[in-house]
Amino acid sequence: MTTTQESAVAVEMITVVIDGFEVTVPKGTLIIRAAEKLGIQIPRFCDHPLLDPVGACRQCLVDVEINGRAFPKPQASCTIPVEPNMIVKTQLTSPVADKAQKGVMELLLGNHPLDCPVCDKGGECPLQNQAMSNGRPDARLDGYKRTFEKPINISSSVLLDRERCVLCARCTRFSEQIASDPFITLNERGALQQVGIYENDPFKSYFSGNTVQICPVGALTGASYRFRARPFDLVSTPSACEHCASGCDMRTDVRRGKTLRRLAGDDPSVNEEWNCDKGRWAFKYVTSVDRLTHPLLRNADGVLVQASWPEALAAAAAGLKGKRAAVLTGGRVTTEDAYGYSKFARIALGTNDVDYRARVTSDEERDFLAAYVAGSSTTYRDIDAADHVALVAFEPEEESPIVFLRLNKNFKKRGLKVSAVATKGSIAMDKLKADFIKVAPGAEPAAVSSLALTAKSVILVGERASESAGLFSAVAALSAKTGAKIAYIPRRAGERGALEAGALGTLLPGGRPVADAAARVDIAAAWGVDSLPSTPGRTSQQIIDALASKELDAVVVGGVDAHDLPAGSKALDAMKSAFVISLEIAPSAITAVADVVLPVAAITEKSGSFLNWEGRARAFDEAVADSHNRSDVRILSMIADAMGESIMLGTVTAAAREFNQLGKWDGARVQLAPVSPATPSSVTGNEALLTSWRRLLDMGTLQKGEDNLAGTRRPTVAVISPKRADATGVKTGQQVRVSNAHGSITIPVLVEDIHEDAVWIPRNSFASQSLVALDAVHGEVVTVVKA
Amino acid sequence: MSKLTPVLSAHWDEADSFTIEAYTRHGGYTASKKALAMDPDAVIQLVKDSGLRGRGGAGFPTGMKWGFIPQGDNKDHYLVVNADESEPGTCKDMPLLLANPHVLVEGCIIACHAIRAERAFIYIRGEVTHVARRMNAAIADAYKAGHLGNGIDITLHIGAGAYICGEETALLDSLEGFRGQPRLRPPFPAIAGLYARPTVVNNVESISSVPAIINNGAEWYQSMGTEKSKGATLYSLSGHVNNPGQFEAPLGITLREILELAGGVRTGHKLKFWTPGGSSTPLFTDAHLDIPLDYEGVAAAGSMLGTKALQIFDETTCIVRAVLRWTEFYKHESCGKCTPCREGTWWLVQILRDLENGTGTEADLEKLLDLCDNIMGRSFCALGDGATSPITSSIKYFHDEYIAHVTNGACPFDPVKSTLFAGAVN
Amino acid sequence: MTLDRDLMQTIIARYPRSRSAIMPLLHYVQSVSGYVTNEGIETISEILGIETAEVSAVATFYTQYKRKPVGEYHVGVCTNTLCAVMGGDAIFSALKDHLGIENDGVTADGKVSLEHIECNAACDYAPVVMANWEFYDNQSVESAKSLVDGARAGNPPAPTRGPNKLVTYKEASAVLAGLDDGLAREGLQAGAPTLLGLKLSKEGK
Repeated sequence: MTTTQESAVAVEMITVVIDGFEVTVPKGTLIIRAAEKLGIQIPRFCDHPLLDPVGACRQCLVDVEINGRAFPKPQASCTIPVEPNMIVKTQLTSPVADKAQKGVMELLLGNHPLDCPVCDKGGECPLQNQAMSNGRPDARLDGYKRTFEKPINISSSVLLDRERCVLCARCTRFSEQIASDPFITLNERGALQQVGIYENDPFKSYFSGNTVQICPVGALTGASYRFRARPFDLVSTPSACEHCASGCDMRTDVRRGKTLRRLAGDDPSVNEEWNCDKGRWAFKYVTSVDRLTHPLLRNADGVLVQASWPEALAAAAAGLKGKRAAVLTGGRVTTEDAYGYSKFARIALGTNDVDYRARVTSDEERDFLAAYVAGSSTTYRDIDAADHVALVAFEPEEESPIVFLRLNKNFKKRGLKVSAVATKGSIAMDKLKADFIKVAPGAEPAAVSSLALTAKSVILVGERASESAGLFSAVAALSAKTGAKIAYIPRRAGERGALEAGALGTLLPGGRPVADAAARVDIAAAWGVDSLPSTPGRTSQQIIDALASKELDAVVVGGVDAHDLPAGSKALDAMKSAFVISLEIAPSAITAVADVVLPVAAITEKSGSFLNWEGRARAFDEAVADSHNRSDVRILSMIADAMGESIMLGTVTAAAREFNQLGKWDGARVQLAPVSPATPSSVTGNEALLTSWRRLLDMGTLQKGEDNLAGTRRPTVAVISPKRADATGVKTGQQVRVSNAHGSITIPVLVEDIHEDAVWIPRNSFASQSLVALDAVHGEVVTVVKA
Repeated sequence: MSKLTPVLSAHWDEADSFTIEAYTRHGGYTASKKALAMDPDAVIQLVKDSGLRGRGGAGFPTGMKWGFIPQGDNKDHYLVVNADESEPGTCKDMPLLLANPHVLVEGCIIACHAIRAERAFIYIRGEVTHVARRMNAAIADAYKAGHLGNGIDITLHIGAGAYICGEETALLDSLEGFRGQPRLRPPFPAIAGLYARPTVVNNVESISSVPAIINNGAEWYQSMGTEKSKGATLYSLSGHVNNPGQFEAPLGITLREILELAGGVRTGHKLKFWTPGGSSTPLFTDAHLDIPLDYEGVAAAGSMLGTKALQIFDETTCIVRAVLRWTEFYKHESCGKCTPCREGTWWLVQILRDLENGTGTEADLEKLLDLCDNIMGRSFCALGDGATSPITSSIKYFHDEYIAHVTNGACPFDPVKSTLFAGAVN
Repeated sequence: MTLDRDLMQTIIARYPRSRSAIMPLLHYVQSVSGYVTNEGIETISEILGIETAEVSAVATFYTQYKRKPVGEYHVGVCTNTLCAVMGGDAIFSALKDHLGIENDGVTADGKVSLEHIECNAACDYAPVVMANWEFYDNQSVESAKSLVDGARAGNPPAPTRGPNKLVTYKEASAVLAGLDDGLAREGLQAGAPTLLGLKLSKEGK
């Protein structure tokens, strides 16, 4: 809202009198919000600070007078901005306003069912609460109530009880104004008006859960929470979302040790009051999978068996002590845990062989991260101020949904220009009316170089840029040429934190270059050791190669899914012959090949923080009290102790304190040596260049156990151009086979706007795991034939 | 000398009155030619000087409305003609367009010129197939004759059954392809109307009155009517009268005068209640026969001139039944956007139904009035206000008749006696 | 019949912004299918580039758009206060009995559907009946019955103020979609009540 906006221009302030009290607020402030500043709560339903005023429910009627002239009838305080010489009388001082409000409340309750005792909203219901505070004490409408069949599924995740609905249209306005997903609308007319979908098209919006949260009654409910709890039985803990780098503020509601729901928190700088459905509903993986409860050790017969912690720690220490060992940590661990892995590698293992990038990587990316991302501070606010945002190897709605919402807000409110350098169009690009600069896989660098940006522009570059040689270099050069800001937006919540924590072969914590002796001295002094290893560490791919070639003996792995790694099966083969310690919450392909498996706490069982793509800390407390599970950093500290190489990070708090005290590196930064683009492969006949990204909803490990959510995922398809469809002889809906020497995938085809030379398939979706089935990434040649 | 002043209706009695030939024969399209040669501001001034006020119900000065359109703003401007005539009792615009659609086309040309619009939309209600045909043909003929297409275009938009689209902002939403629900104001249509561009929304009769004003001058128009309500207008008389129909007369004529012309209330019966301007205007009774039917006169007597839809009901009509039907209409036509109108009409209908059946109580009457108090002035637009008018005004004048239903335990009226066929038999 | 997308494009071309065409397009769908079909909603959604929910939101708002088939002759009896009092109630009730259907019902032969309607701007001709939205003025129970009987037999009487022959529901829907059926010149320019004031004026009254 206007009150929180930082602005260089002085905001005109206006003083008004509300119920006899003066309040001074910025010009444009609505009466209802000016009253809030005085602590005067005017009842409301349709009003929502992030939606355009509509004035539909009429609950917030107040008496208004300007310059001594009174409006002849009460006015909706949610639609009228304050003016000089305005005098407002709310229900507290105006009998007319009070009666008007009670009258509206009576009408809202007249057709509302008396099912509060079985309604999920009961106990936290704005209708219930405001009926008590601003309603009549008795009921006198005793005729026929409106009834509807109840409930109806408007998607697999959201149910609608129409007779509970007060038609405030928050949900439909959210869907249209915020998400640009007008799949739910008001239908019919008058007393029969009702929220609904078109019968053949469910409410498949990635943001549908927000409508449940902002519904002021129990009309919209989430399938996974419906009838599960009473709000007063829940213990709420502020939390942060672990699913992506957007950095949503969250609230986690737990009953008797089990998370029952998660809600979007209110952080105007980041997610405002929204989140995506994955963040809201994908939390059952913590409880629905078979959690590891005890350490496991591989016995002499090669079988994993339960062991005590002292046994396991001793085995881990013995396996690492004096060995050539490395660390692989996925992008989903917390900053504190990443810091633990970083310090553990340097002190306990004496190596810089640590990499958090469990995905396709490049040296170019590593150097780009060191040169442009570590310590950088491009923020959501820069998007708000941008004249032009360029999307490079980044699909915002799929890969960082709140970034999409922020782009969409700026597009809708002020016509923000968005350009996208991509091989395939997307739903988000359509919604943003983005200028689609269509390129063949591998040809992105040239297209990026020709973007016309200014010093007020922002380049949002995703981690997939590592899949096109020279692309990060082109982004850096474009920024240097135009002054445009760079924002690197990885997919995973922990990546930026891991980068800053130094879980990378060339960087120490705080963005300090390993190659810089002064930087090493800095950290060595802080850690109380004589020196730190000076040889730059291997990348995740190089670590796997080194395990395979026996140049490394051991590896500590935390938070990594093998299927995220290029050549994941080869990685597992390499690990089979090495000594592997796996820190995990549940059995995985990697625990299956590990020698020591150490169970760790899931996100709800520990405190910690993530750094979102902005580098902003998103701290959270443990939501589930009294868990016996320990955080990664605590366990690493115990292993280090067992090795006699203490890292002194016994608690998350200690790790956080130490990391924060290190501060940012202010010395010379790593320079990115420009990399030349590769010549894109040429294709003929049924050959195509593969391009791929991950959908928001896919086979991700953290989405396990949430079938309702999975029901709203986008269909798995292979996207080809109309020309290729003709040549291949297929139409939308028919099957194609995408194959290479490694394997093949058979899925339905969707004919859409994509570069002629390309085929797009989702990376980790049901029936389409490109890294597993094809071991292929962006730009590789595959064949596409009718199946 | 006749009290009637047929201007709009002057040539309706010619069988081909709706054709371009007939319209041209009587001087049609000379006013637009004249106006197009004038400075647009001079046209606005002339209309202002004439004193023409909106004939759609609110009576806002037409020239002033045109003057609100920002000039030199380099934006498209639009004229939108409200031909969604749906207010119960209102039946002037449809016969006008059936008999002479060209006068509206010519009025649109003049108005577009005045407000610097290149395009007009005529939003006509959908339940009148033949009127739509005539309007469409008139526009096509005007194009053929070169009156349109030279810088001014007209698009006919046909509605699909929604009273609320007579509300100007709902009409604009409907015309933009949305559900016809009223918009928040400000911004007003003059600043951000159709497609968020400066827009004038005028009633059919208002725009159709303009060609004669251009040809005959402001003074001529001023010579008719009363001090603040200038000109002549169509009064639509219907119901229990011997000769219902359209009466074009200067503003300020009384119902008594019109009834005299129409041969009086149905023979053998006497006036019980009537609406001055449609069902949304508070009812009058035989005590109001001499009220001047102009904007001020009717307002001073506690109602509104509205659309000059004079619906006459004689003593055979049950007031509760009449009011219930209107209330059912408002319930059916409530757009659903705001609580008081959507929910209020739901309960008003039920209470009135009970009262009509004789199963209501005196307390119901109190409840009815209090609900009206909570709807009137609390709704998003005037539809909710209008829904309360018949109820509150009828209880004011016919409280005893409501009570009689309660004490009787049934409706004391025989509906057959009110019908046209029963009347013929009597 | 199938929807003619080229024709639909000409309807869209009438407007500066395509979405405005949604109402005539829905009338057009009714002119092809007799009601608003799912195919119609999906086609409009596709060619206007908006969501199906947005089209159905509009289609369900307006009374004239029907989401299930109506008769070849759709008969509306005005039961708003004035017409109801003047005989509309009696006519509506008699037609329900005569046709054996309720409000919004369709006869088994698909010929006639019945609906009570709101004020149709012809109060000086009360009681009023509309058939395919053509005027039948000053109706009685008997005249209304002959109207529906004629409709069922395939020879309905001509409208009072309308073309020389009653068109079908689909044909009328095409007119409401803004398509010219060439019948504008047929029928009266005005009925007697419309001309009453003019007549009296000419008589000097």
